[in-house]
Amino acid sequence: MSLDYDNQQVDFIIAAQQNRPGALLPILHDIQDTFGYIPPDSVAQIASALNLSRAEVHGVITFYHHFRTTPPARHTIQICCAEACQSMGAQQLVEHAGKKLAGRKQGDCELQPVYCLGLCAISPAVMIGEELHARVTPEKFDALLENLGDKS
Amino acid sequence: MSVRIFVPRDSAALALGADAVAQAILAEAERRKLDITLVRNGSRGMLWLEPLVEVQTEKGRVAYGPVSPGHVTALFDANFHQGGKHALGLGLTEQLAYLKKQERLTFARVGITDPLSLDDYAEHEGFRGLRKALAMQAADIVQQVTDSGLRGRGGAAFPAGIKWKTVLNTTAMQKYIVCNADEGDSGTFSDRMLMEGDPFVLIEGMTIAALAVGATQGYIYVRSEYPHSISVLNEAIGIARKAGYLGANILNSGKRFELEVRRAAGSYVCGEETAMLESLEGKRGIVRAKPPLPAIAGLFGKPTVINNVISLASVPVIMARGADFYKNYGVGRSHGTLPFQLAGNIKQGGLIEKAFGVTLRELMYDFGGGSASGRPIKAVQVGGPLGAYLPESQWDTPLDYEAYAALWAVLGHGGIVVHDDSADLAKLARYAMKFCAIESCGKCTPCRIGATRGVEVMDKIIAGQGGPGQIELLRDLCDTMLNGSMCAMGGMTPYPVLSALNHFPQDFGIKGSGRVKPDTATGGQHA
Repeated sequence: MSLDYDNQQVDFIIAAQQNRPGALLPILHDIQDTFGYIPPDSVAQIASALNLSRAEVHGVITFYHHFRTTPPARHTIQICCAEACQSMGAQQLVEHAGKKLAGRKQGDCELQPVYCLGLCAISPAVMIGEELHARVTPEKFDALLENLGDKS
Repeated sequence: MSVRIFVPRDSAALALGADAVAQAILAEAERRKLDITLVRNGSRGMLWLEPLVEVQTEKGRVAYGPVSPGHVTALFDANFHQGGKHALGLGLTEQLAYLKKQERLTFARVGITDPLSLDDYAEHEGFRGLRKALAMQAADIVQQVTDSGLRGRGGAAFPAGIKWKTVLNTTAMQKYIVCNADEGDSGTFSDRMLMEGDPFVLIEGMTIAALAVGATQGYIYVRSEYPHSISVLNEAIGIARKAGYLGANILNSGKRFELEVRRAAGSYVCGEETAMLESLEGKRGIVRAKPPLPAIAGLFGKPTVINNVISLASVPVIMARGADFYKNYGVGRSHGTLPFQLAGNIKQGGLIEKAFGVTLRELMYDFGGGSASGRPIKAVQVGGPLGAYLPESQWDTPLDYEAYAALWAVLGHGGIVVHDDSADLAKLARYAMKFCAIESCGKCTPCRIGATRGVEVMDKIIAGQGGPGQIELLRDLCDTMLNGSMCAMGGMTPYPVLSALNHFPQDFGIKGSGRVKPDTATGGQHA
């Protein structure tokens, strides 16, 4: 889910958090939870509120894999690519998923690698949004996609 | 009387459909007008059996698993809610060999209690350690932790008591307790299972640490990949505060301790303690130079105890039962227990808390039942993505910090990832370099540049290009990373790379050199 940038809402988020020690990460999380991403227009607003330079805020946003500056697809699909999942065929699953998703309409699904979801004994693991799935075979992956609906 | 039925809320169980099973049980019980109480417990750690449903009977808890929603009607038909026989029945949970052979100290309650029930927690020895600590002098608490022999369970194995003593003896207006719950190592999930299955034990451990060093504020830095852990912890902190176990006046002692969860943002290097401090301060997770030690100048420049989840969660049992009780488990200088996490290509993966001294072979075969694929096991990576790959000749070495250091390997956070004979160790070595290149914080050159060059060299080796000189180049590069990096990220990436090269040279297209460790290894400098 993503929303358009709304500077009043960003102000509201900043005001709620800015007096906490080390407030930048909590603010960025709240903004991304609200808008689905960190709207680039919010950087100056955050920097000014926290008495930081825009470069510092930009540096933090781009350092962390979790933060993004573009609106997400409707569904974010993360496939774990770390060793435990590799040992159970994660690489083949990534290839299968890539082919499968190529046929879907643009902006519908976004495939991302992730390094460990903590489901290492029941691998390969996949997270769709915040929903976890384990022992995901290519067949199970297809079924999960079906459940997302809206093919085409 | 209402029948208690347990369906885990642990992420692993949820990923295998536990919520749907729980709903099906509630619906079916309602249809049959049966009086049941559904408890969402933590996981017992037998992850191949999840969702593992348990029923309280007069003889004890009876287990069924793995249960899917489609089984629920048949389970009720078989009177499973009274412990009736069914094909999924496993008997009394406590009698299952996988559990019975374990020594659960830190995980004593996980899977047994309702993670968010203070009554359950108190009934199972909860807060006994804290009550004892409240009646003790700070220095005596530190002494008891020192005497227990507890070492940092995050991977570095530094004696916890020594760290605490440094913070205690440093004068400051403000001190902090920081719990490192950035469990980024592949193959590890014990922090996650503990936070989701018994959050109060972590809260209790951190509160005891605060009393021991004079800290009043604590932070738990949890990875963003663990949304369930974050919500359970937040709920548990709220409950504990309301009941007076946290806040301005802990159990009317006049002592104060506040606790807050902070969400990480997907950076592996933030598991390194100084990078984590930077992240908590709202900055990029760039590793700091040491000294000063965080114990002297840590979070916001103040003295800070930084411990891993399992280290802090082991403190309550040490306080409740005494230093000797804990110290008597284990071997050599590795005292107590370690929750091993058996993962990857393994038939019966899960959490196995055992005293130090158990061997990989016992864990993989006696507990794990061999590979999931049924093919022979080829290599085992112990200690996360920066841990060495061990060949079969090393599987009988007791798992203890010093014995592993002698093998030029590490125990790390206790993660064990099994690979069968289809694994290509050259590709896994390339992956180790690639992972370091992706996750390097960029501060020091050996790590930032070395990992990228390492991927290029591995690509040539895998493609059979460049001749034997490439192997020497790889060794030379690893030598630079090993000895020149600022922290374990670059400093330990050579462990998986060189152990793969030394033990599985055929995968690199060369004959064995007989080397088992790099010429310049100083042994455990980063560990």
